[in-house]
Amino acid sequence: MQVTLRIQRFNPETDTKPHYQEYTVEVEPTDRVLDALNQVKWYQDGSLTYRRSCAHGICGSDAMRINGRNRLACKVLIKDLGPKITIEPLLGFKVIKDLVVDLEPFFAQYRTVMPYLINDEPPPTRERLQTPEERELIEDTSKCILCACCTSACPIFWTTEWLGPAAIVNGHRFLFDSRDRATEERLAVLNQRFGVWRCRTIFNCTEACPRGIQVTHAIEQVKRRILFEQS
Amino acid sequence: MTTGTVPTQERGPVTAGTRGIAAYRGYRPPVGMLSWALHRITGLGVLLFLLLHIVDIFLVGYGPETFNELLFLYRHPVFRIGEIILVAGLYYHAANGVRIILIDFWDKAYQFERQLFYGVIVVFLAGFIPTAFLMIRAMVR
Repeated sequence: MQVTLRIQRFNPETDTKPHYQEYTVEVEPTDRVLDALNQVKWYQDGSLTYRRSCAHGICGSDAMRINGRNRLACKVLIKDLGPKITIEPLLGFKVIKDLVVDLEPFFAQYRTVMPYLINDEPPPTRERLQTPEERELIEDTSKCILCACCTSACPIFWTTEWLGPAAIVNGHRFLFDSRDRATEERLAVLNQRFGVWRCRTIFNCTEACPRGIQVTHAIEQVKRRILFEQS
Repeated sequence: MTTGTVPTQERGPVTAGTRGIAAYRGYRPPVGMLSWALHRITGLGVLLFLLLHIVDIFLVGYGPETFNELLFLYRHPVFRIGEIILVAGLYYHAANGVRIILIDFWDKAYQFERQLFYGVIVVFLAGFIPTAFLMIRAMVR
């Protein structure tokens, strides 16, 4: 089938503002949007710029706005979109070129929640075991691939500099980990003015997450933990 | 390093349309975003009326004549239609506020986020339709 891709283009060397360019490509209905983008880049216009790496929904490189919603280009099938597809870069970040945005602010927020296990106790002679129930608490938030779909779908993030859903999800991942000991430090970061309290439970993050993480639920769990543990 | 003849100072990453209020237009809103936007708009509307209400109550201090003189404003048709819109805003803001409280404090609420929003619409219509009917009837008489 033939589909028309309407892609937002921006070349920092020649353009002062982004514009749209249309490409018509021949694809199978079961192809993914990424396949259509590759068609354009490989056979029509080599200057089209976008990120992709694993192409199987694991690396999180090809997050972009597809028909107005944040999606991974490698996970969305053409047949679910129709013959006209609009592709734009993620909102809330600087556009470096075409569909590539500067994710450094995103990773800076991510680092503030200390997204690694902190445990000063003497290392045990074997693994630090968890019960299935303890593991269940972090099951959902462990799935994050840092694609930034959630954070750049957040209307609060577009106007305010706050932690954003992804950083909180990764804070949650260690906050609710039975092996972690840095609860107070992490809660202090998440309890800041620009921490979890900026969340207005809009659910755009949950809707956008390509991994199906219940992002808003994780943020609410952190809010309740701060509320009930620190009161 | 410069590329070609274009001075790099004038070019570079763009933020136009990606940050600020302009970004709202760039996202096809899911149900949750609509409910939030309506909550903000109705909240601001109610606040605006509240400010006006504070002013008219303040005028009571200048005696009943001054207060009564201002009441022509409340009888003006435009204002009475505005009051119907205000009631709509109040019902929506109150019902959605309860939905937000549920999401904040009920651990299972996230599973029913969309259904809760439809519930908000039902509560809104159940309250607004009879109230609007009574207000319009009083206005026409």
